[in-house]
Amino acid sequence: MATSRRHREPRPASFYWLALVFALFVLFLYGPVITIFILSFQGPEGGLTFPMRGVSLHWFAALRDGVGDVDIWGAFGRSVKLAIAVTVLTVLFSLSAGLAFRRRFRGDTAVFYVSVASLIMPSIIVSLGIGLTFRLLDTLIKTVATAWGDQAFADDWTTSMGLFTSALGAHLTWTLPFGLLVMFAVFNRFNPAYEEAARDLGASPWQSFRHVVLPIIGPSVIGVGMFGFTLSWDEIARTSQAIGEQNTLPLELQGLTTSVTTPVIYALGTMTTVMSLAVMVGGLLVVRRVARRRRTAAVGR
Amino acid sequence: MASIDYLRQTKAAPVRHRRVSAWLQATPLTLTFLLFFIVPLAITLIVSFWDYNEYQIIPAFTLKNYAAVFDGCGSFTDVCVTFKTYLSTLKFCAIVWAVTLVLGFTVAYFLAFHVRTTAMQTVLFLVCTIPFWTSNVIRMISWIPLLGRNGLVNQALMAAHVVDHPLEWLLYSDFSVVLAFVHLYTFFMIVPIFNAMMRIDRSLLEAARDSGASGWQVIREVVLPLSKTGIVIGSIFVVTIVMGDFLTVGVMGGQQIASIGKIIQVQTGYLQFPAAAANAIILLAVVLMIVWALTRIVDIRKEL
Repeated sequence: MATSRRHREPRPASFYWLALVFALFVLFLYGPVITIFILSFQGPEGGLTFPMRGVSLHWFAALRDGVGDVDIWGAFGRSVKLAIAVTVLTVLFSLSAGLAFRRRFRGDTAVFYVSVASLIMPSIIVSLGIGLTFRLLDTLIKTVATAWGDQAFADDWTTSMGLFTSALGAHLTWTLPFGLLVMFAVFNRFNPAYEEAARDLGASPWQSFRHVVLPIIGPSVIGVGMFGFTLSWDEIARTSQAIGEQNTLPLELQGLTTSVTTPVIYALGTMTTVMSLAVMVGGLLVVRRVARRRRTAAVGR
Repeated sequence: MASIDYLRQTKAAPVRHRRVSAWLQATPLTLTFLLFFIVPLAITLIVSFWDYNEYQIIPAFTLKNYAAVFDGCGSFTDVCVTFKTYLSTLKFCAIVWAVTLVLGFTVAYFLAFHVRTTAMQTVLFLVCTIPFWTSNVIRMISWIPLLGRNGLVNQALMAAHVVDHPLEWLLYSDFSVVLAFVHLYTFFMIVPIFNAMMRIDRSLLEAARDSGASGWQVIREVVLPLSKTGIVIGSIFVVTIVMGDFLTVGVMGGQQIASIGKIIQVQTGYLQFPAAAANAIILLAVVLMIVWALTRIVDIRKEL
């Protein structure tokens, strides 16, 4: 710090202009979100816009009782369950694929291009495709059941679409490319000498992964999990045509934008944002604790 | 000779073993993409050639879905619905692309070249990232108290006597759609451009300045060409998002503005799957052409 201060040249005028642009950009990013955060504490008499008519938790209380005939808490539970499943699978699949991509294997370029394609493909196309696939699957199941003489089964069958089938798949097409790209960045900087040392000392592949590789890349793996959770928690476009009967929370929220005219929708927005932030902060705390434990372990040795 | 052969053998055997294990490690990811990405795309392509009535999809080859999409497009006097919708979407695309590019480039340039310490860079970068953690719908509805009829902007303008009645075009208009796009997706432009700028050798800038280049000339002749990859990657992100969007145009346009994504969404709502599939395939083709054109500018494979 001291050395850098000594060499510091005066800032050019352009710096101040660019700093102003940056400050305005940050205000542009945060301003609206802060507005609805404030307005969610609107008094019971207050409306969708300023002025505030008192400060209260009225709209959070209203939220607790549900919004209209929409089962908000059911949707909340479904979103949490789905996001957890997506997080776990994203971490496992992208970590494993990241390990694979450190070497060349048959079809590696194809897998890479498919991941990138999945990332930039307009979500509505992916969503429609998955929805169609599961509808055709339903038809197929019914036809097969009828052909086998199990008419009752065919009549009872409603749909294979659901939270942990089509919606899970739709979310993974969105989170896995992010996870894989993060893993690429991680392993590009990874020094294989540690692993070689472990192998020379007689560690099995699993041991060197468990005791050498995983602790080093651990923070990034938690990062992938955090990414997976929030991407899934807020996902709408890919889920929209692939969810079936029961909606997730963001989809319910999107439906409410046209019908709800009270600040209860801001309270809902504040709640989901706080949830997202809590997961992020929790993840960062875990990363810090892991890093600190490793540091004390290193000192202790 | 024999010893060399022996060496080659010992080297070859574990490599093949490791290749198989690498292949196995990639399998869960590959299978997910196969089941939920490749197969659905193939099925969309097939179904786009199928027939349908009010009740069901009929697996019989027909071109009527594509004919319906381009219905009336042969005429020169008035533009058909499909072309009109694509023109409207492309217009949004162009405006949003231009704004996010200028804004994203400026912010990335500031972060990469004017912020001096890595710690400060990380902090400011995180500041840009945090809003990205809240859902798009919330970030969209948060414009309502600002831009609405009785919103803050109108209140301020009225109080300052700039206007004597509230401006109507602030919300549920082309303006608010563009604003929301810029608000939501400039970040996608900043990240790759910043990444590309951080790889630029700083001595090149010094050399340019020493040779007498002005600040603008340094940006135009050195920084801009060297951050081309980032610009193209960011552009691909923004363009594909805007082309396929139905959510932002829906919420911020007050459900009044047409987009291709919205047509597909409405058609699936009416269970007209083959028609929706045909629209999706055409949209896919258009998006692929744009991406292809963008990648002509720079060879991404070489840069990754």
